[in-house]
Amino acid sequence: MKDHPAFRIGKRTAGYLIRIITLLIATSIVAFILVKLSPIDPVQQYTMGMADVSEEQRQAIADRWGLNDPPVQQYFKWAMAALQGDLGESTIYRRPVLNLIGEKFLNTLALMLTAWVLSGLIGFTLGVIMGVFRRTWLDGLIKRICLVLCSVPTFWLGLVMLLIFSVSLGWFPIGLSTPIGVASSDVTFWQWLHHLILPAVTLSFMQFANIALHTRQKMVDVLESDYVLFATARGESKWSIVKRHGLRNIMLPAITLQFASFAELFGGAVLTENVFSYPGLGSAASEAGMAGDVPLLLGITLFSAAFVFTGNLIANLIYGVVDPRIREGSSGG
Amino acid sequence: MHFPTKDSFLAVEDLSVSFHRYDSALEQNDLKVISDLSIALDRGEILAIAGSSGSGKSLLAHAIMGLLPPNASTTGSIRYNGQQLTPKLQKQLRGKEIALVPQSIAYLDPLMRVGSQVRGTEKGIKVREKQQRIFKRFGLAPEVERLYPFQLSGGMARRVLVSTAVITDAELIIADEPTPGMHITQALEALKVFRELADSGKAIILITHDIDLAFEFADKIAVFYAGTTVEVAPSKDFRTGPSALRHPYSKALWEALPQNGFRPIPGFQPYAKSLPPGCLFAPRCPYKTAECEEKIPPMREVRGGCVRCIHAT
Repeated sequence: MKDHPAFRIGKRTAGYLIRIITLLIATSIVAFILVKLSPIDPVQQYTMGMADVSEEQRQAIADRWGLNDPPVQQYFKWAMAALQGDLGESTIYRRPVLNLIGEKFLNTLALMLTAWVLSGLIGFTLGVIMGVFRRTWLDGLIKRICLVLCSVPTFWLGLVMLLIFSVSLGWFPIGLSTPIGVASSDVTFWQWLHHLILPAVTLSFMQFANIALHTRQKMVDVLESDYVLFATARGESKWSIVKRHGLRNIMLPAITLQFASFAELFGGAVLTENVFSYPGLGSAASEAGMAGDVPLLLGITLFSAAFVFTGNLIANLIYGVVDPRIREGSSGG
Repeated sequence: MHFPTKDSFLAVEDLSVSFHRYDSALEQNDLKVISDLSIALDRGEILAIAGSSGSGKSLLAHAIMGLLPPNASTTGSIRYNGQQLTPKLQKQLRGKEIALVPQSIAYLDPLMRVGSQVRGTEKGIKVREKQQRIFKRFGLAPEVERLYPFQLSGGMARRVLVSTAVITDAELIIADEPTPGMHITQALEALKVFRELADSGKAIILITHDIDLAFEFADKIAVFYAGTTVEVAPSKDFRTGPSALRHPYSKALWEALPQNGFRPIPGFQPYAKSLPPGCLFAPRCPYKTAECEEKIPPMREVRGGCVRCIHAT
């Protein structure tokens, strides 16, 4: 019974469910405490720039948002509603949070997906090249470039990209995801793509160096392994070894790394979106933080936690399918 | 027969291997791990190499195949079939004329099915049939070719490793400890295969810890100690026992076998960094004299074998 595949799958699924639920509870509590500890007064932020807001009106707003209740009560009120699928209403946008996230996430997804694919391809290729030509000038050169990229802050790189490609060369727009003054229904695919390229490239630049350096190390480990020595002893050429043994053995860690990078990708997106005034989840998160918009911030936090968790989950599942040691190991060979 | 000649199929003459290494940031030195080693092998022969771990057995195998790491440097000469084995020639011959049976399962790609590893880069129905014939011969079930290395038992892994050499039509097979972990009947079967391969005209080097098995199947035995040969003798001398052997270490090795009394000799094999100036075995030798500590004795012929000892008779 215990060895039955259905039992194993059920057990594993239950494990994942427990993990995601506890993760979401924990992140929402931590995020809530952090917002409550922040010195920003949401009412002050909300009414900033409005003329003549009286103390009574401020109190009315605070009451409506429930800000005068004890924090624990506020949290439970929010959590109970969240359990029923209601993440509340954003105080700055005055729209349902779920609705807002759905809209912003599409923009962010396009950005992250492009950057994810780009950084994966560039990073993996460069990593393989460095590993194969390890300890040569080529390896050294690429490695230095990667190390520099790793240590450059995202916003600085974004500004430099803007300076070169938008300001000096004028190839790309300076910001936003659509041209100004065009109704969103009239935006063409090319206009949209045109706005996407520069932020996506910037974001992938932040990622690929990391992937390349990890892939290089793994490739070096494989090429200096006993089984590659034996393949050499059997007369396999260098390229045959890279193809037959190298790629096969670095594929698994590369996949894990790629899916585990969802977290860094999300973090990078927040910075990139701010630099490029790109209207995605990242810039919404920093707006929410600056304005003390608790429902929106908690919503985005929950969403990003679930997103990162999904990335890791996919990596685990793919591993189970691709790695024969996991796939065939548990069923007893 | 024991000294390399120009007719030897494989002739290793005065081979020394050193590793260049950094002890600290400023201090570097050369570590001599094989010194003045000579062996000879003809077609149809099995040469067993015996000796404890760290005596340089596997390094000799790697030196012949051209697999030493970049920080290794060699002097002396290795001739194969009358030709000097240059790195270029080694590259051409390995996997085709010279095959290696590696030591452990770590030499198999963990993510590749063993069938396709045994077949190597060659494709087609012919090589597949050949692989299946070999598996059958070694008592490996047909489904074994679909397994991954981690699914093999120790004995199965050895047989798969031996198959990788048998499937090539190599003229020289170097087997690095092919039998440990195998059941005695499987070990005998593997050694029988090597014997048959030798009888069909191939030359085989058998690096082994199972010395007693080697006595039965090999034609001659080379005893390694601290990176060089101390004795090369026909197997029958080892079957006879200490009276027929020449070097004190060979005798000690024989007496250390469980069936021969299980008597160890005191002391340790010296580490390559702190080799004694004279005979490498002198510090442990019960027969040593002042002369022994002057210089490393040369190999000389005694009663149809070679020995590196000035007192051997």
